[in-house]
Amino acid sequence: MNSKQMNRLAMGGLWFCGFFVLALLVVFLAYILYKGMPILSPAFIFGRSSDITAGGGVGPQLFNSFYLLFLSMAVSVPVAVGAGIYLAEYARDTRFTRAIRLSVECLATVPSIVLGLFGMIVFVNTTGFGFSIIGGALTLVLLNLPMLVRVTEETLHTIPASYREASLALGATKLQTLVRVVLPAALPGILTGITLTAGRALGETAILIFTAGATVSRYMYDTDLLAGGETLAVHLWYLLSAGLVPDRDAIANGIGALLIFTILIFNIGLALPLRLLQRYTGVSGK
Amino acid sequence: MDKAVVFSAAGHRRHILYDKYVRYLFIASAALVSLLIFSIIFFVGRQGLLTFSTVSPLEFFTAARWSPTGSPPIFGALSFISGSIYVTLVAVLLGTPLGVFGALFMAKVAPEGVRSIMRPALDLYVAIPSVVYGYIGLVVLAPAIREIFGVRTGFGIFTAGLVLAIMILPTILSLSDDALRAVPKPLEEASLALGATYWQTLWHVVTPAALPGIMTAVVLAMARAIGETMAVQMLIGNTPLVAESLFTPTSTLTSNIVVEMGNTMFGSVWSNALFLMAFVLLILSLGMILLIRRLGRRGASV
Repeated sequence: MNSKQMNRLAMGGLWFCGFFVLALLVVFLAYILYKGMPILSPAFIFGRSSDITAGGGVGPQLFNSFYLLFLSMAVSVPVAVGAGIYLAEYARDTRFTRAIRLSVECLATVPSIVLGLFGMIVFVNTTGFGFSIIGGALTLVLLNLPMLVRVTEETLHTIPASYREASLALGATKLQTLVRVVLPAALPGILTGITLTAGRALGETAILIFTAGATVSRYMYDTDLLAGGETLAVHLWYLLSAGLVPDRDAIANGIGALLIFTILIFNIGLALPLRLLQRYTGVSGK
Repeated sequence: MDKAVVFSAAGHRRHILYDKYVRYLFIASAALVSLLIFSIIFFVGRQGLLTFSTVSPLEFFTAARWSPTGSPPIFGALSFISGSIYVTLVAVLLGTPLGVFGALFMAKVAPEGVRSIMRPALDLYVAIPSVVYGYIGLVVLAPAIREIFGVRTGFGIFTAGLVLAIMILPTILSLSDDALRAVPKPLEEASLALGATYWQTLWHVVTPAALPGIMTAVVLAMARAIGETMAVQMLIGNTPLVAESLFTPTSTLTSNIVVEMGNTMFGSVWSNALFLMAFVLLILSLGMILLIRRLGRRGASV
């Protein structure tokens, strides 16, 4: 085989790899939606779950998923944006900032089950909250933080220096420049990061099993922070490993479709328009 | 425009004051992130190391017998440690070729239109919850492997590794893509000008130049794989024995923590031993970060 034929073969191979990656994703998503869509009905989505009899819904778990997500985001977004601003706008290359960057990287690679066990020690046992929504939400913050810090820092780096210089030259303080000029320009990028992070946090399981627990409150839509906080993803795992209900396969299919559906909304319904907005406003990252 | 009118000396002084103090708020947020990682190491480490007050380190790391409720109880975690390492290796061996070739396609071959589909597609790969990966593995892959290879359960290192390979694909792909695109264009042009085909250029010039970045991607993928819990727990078979083959049920550090933690009393030796397993995982993944830093530094000097 001469090098030209080899070239043609290799290019074919690369195209195949690229399409294989895309096709695998499409098949995967289609399969889950195909299996689960027929099960999704209002009674299933908003109904009370059942431990023993068939016909239970996932209402409390769905509520808990979003409630936990909201609480953890409410804590992690301000801290992460603050830290990201510090790293991008203030930090000089000192030992202190290098240590912070290394910690963000380390925190991002800590396995989620380890974060879960840390949360179990600190938020479940030491504080005495027990398996609770607040314990789960605070532990989930540990997963969100590094992702959000990184995305904030990266987005801020894409804002041209001329924006800051113009504002400072007009006599604005650094903080005014940041709040009135830099952050508005960075907003679409940061919001994209927040939606992608939220999508990931929504499906997280290992962190929550031993912090939010695998039980739900007796009351529907219980906002009590100390109530058990089983989420959709945890419920799916629990059903498959220890579920007793006779229709567990149907419920599992339904949860799978519901999770994928939500993630598609987050990733395509929210993040993609934000990306376009980012490109449109002219300060896109890549 | 009328905002400018309200500027006064006092207002300006106030703004300068804000400017000074809000800065500390940002520093505090950043310091908090550092504080968190140290407290994770401290709390998980302390709880885990309590194990050694009753179990010898030699037993924990070299014995493959795990019988926490026996009398006397035996805490030999070797089968979990080796299970974690095997699963990670299988995942990386299966996932790296597709990841690197996919990245070559994405960075160098794909037209802009295809490329702009692939980025969000990779985000979607990351966003699919690991329980859903595990679930698909459970209902599709395990029965298929049972059929194809004629094995009894279909659970084990191969099944878990295969699903993990798909889960680490976006990590390898997007980081390798960054590395490949960072290779200076003149290198490529010089090679093409010498008469090399595009494939020869990609394989003999561009890929070697991006190698430190690709290796970073693979190590980071390994860190993800070794810490992955839910999908592995659903597919590994959960048997605390050293695997005899790729297709026999075994356990990993992560899967065993999930399976057993619910049965233990917080503070008991059994529970502490599980925390120690988490600490081993933590040390392994932090070690990989340090390895990546070294790779990065070597890459920068080339």
